[in-house]
Amino acid sequence: MIHRNDARARSHAAYWAFLVHRLSGLALALFLPLHFWALGQALKGAAALDDFLRFTEQGLFKFAEWGLVLLLALHLAGGIRLLLIEFGKGSGLRKDLIAIAVAFSFACGLAMAMALISK
Amino acid sequence: MQKNLSVKVWRGKQSGAFSDYLVPRHESQTVLDVVTYIQRHLEPTLSYRFACRVGMCGSCAMTVNGQARWTCRTHVAKVAMNNQLEISPLANLPVIKDLATDMSVFFDKWAQAKGQFKGSTTRHEPFAKVLPESVERRAANAGIECIGCGVCYASCDVVNWRPQYLGPAALNRAWTLVNDERDINQTERLRAVAGDAGCHVCHTQGSCSERCPKKLSPTTSIAGLKRASARAAVRGKL
Amino acid sequence: MSQDLSTNIAQARRWYWQRLSAMVLAICVLIHLAVMIYAVQGGLSAAEILGRTQGNWGFALLYTVFVIAAAVHIPPGLSNIAVEWWRWTETSAVNFARLFGLLVLLSGLRAVYAVVVP
Repeated sequence: MIHRNDARARSHAAYWAFLVHRLSGLALALFLPLHFWALGQALKGAAALDDFLRFTEQGLFKFAEWGLVLLLALHLAGGIRLLLIEFGKGSGLRKDLIAIAVAFSFACGLAMAMALISK
Repeated sequence: MQKNLSVKVWRGKQSGAFSDYLVPRHESQTVLDVVTYIQRHLEPTLSYRFACRVGMCGSCAMTVNGQARWTCRTHVAKVAMNNQLEISPLANLPVIKDLATDMSVFFDKWAQAKGQFKGSTTRHEPFAKVLPESVERRAANAGIECIGCGVCYASCDVVNWRPQYLGPAALNRAWTLVNDERDINQTERLRAVAGDAGCHVCHTQGSCSERCPKKLSPTTSIAGLKRASARAAVRGKL
Repeated sequence: MSQDLSTNIAQARRWYWQRLSAMVLAICVLIHLAVMIYAVQGGLSAAEILGRTQGNWGFALLYTVFVIAAAVHIPPGLSNIAVEWWRWTETSAVNFARLFGLLVLLSGLRAVYAVVVP
């Protein structure tokens, strides 16, 4: 019989940072082939690409675009924190960097939202 | 303050369940006090470990309300929400009985990570002169206070997900020795801590550093091992 | 317990390459984020996008590096998830991840070609 931890053991900032980093990475990785396929439509000519872009005018797609930018920003910022932990001068869990990562991602999300709704 | 605590304690061996106890609550009381009270007055067959009861030996480590802690240094007032406590054995280790776990695999991994010092001089040679302010000595000092209590190991999800993973304590110890300029076993050690079971599968979840009762940072030590082993691999020295 | 030396060296190298590609990606992603936020303003159109990318060899170079870095960066993370969360064996996980990395590389290079070559 071996006991396993539950959510109570995982309720601290660095763990959430790990979870966000892993889940955002997975989502982005799975999205990427789709993204490349969409851009590849240009091989059939600008009209084919335009057709696809028109298809993505729908609200759900715009929300997904925003979501992806958010995930990208989170993964980038979290990743920079990891690089600093592994290669940098500081020590410990660098919770200051978690805060900066969240702030940076929030700013990106805001900027993207503004850009998406602009005419 | 309520008169009694409602305490759930895990009891069993291969299989088991939580038993409920009512324990008188006091102004200044640790979780170890609670467990001791239960064994002395309510359940004589309860098995648990402790020794110093003053936060020096690490024997009393258990899972309290889902988090690994030293029970002798955990005040009931700090953890008993709604006057309730849940006490179970440390996670990630086989349970012998009730609150006592088998820590053999924890210490075996310590040895596998080459957590033993190996020197080249004898008592007849002069002392090694190690500068206390050197980068290496400060790195070693940051990790040598570990007393092998198992809290970090019990808190780590990678230990759960990868049974061979050496774990934060063993790797932290290895790092302190990597930084010991007198040690002559460095290549063997770096070889031992690289690989599927070693430092590279640490994902910086940080539960080890978050829960360490001595405020050590195995996260930092493991990051150091990642760099050191990568450097050795690149130079063909692994 | 004897350890397979090739695994140790291989693991160290995988970690090293994943972190190196991460550093490259950090720069690429920062640029990409800025470009995306700029580009979606006023809606997306093929003419707008292709107007920026066609014949633009600087763009081609940057995004080729981006695709290669991503193809190097993704597999180690994916194989870890496969082993730790989906309980796959190490071999299956690494092979799957490598295949996926290849997919990213090929479809990514195709996409760069699609938008750069007129």
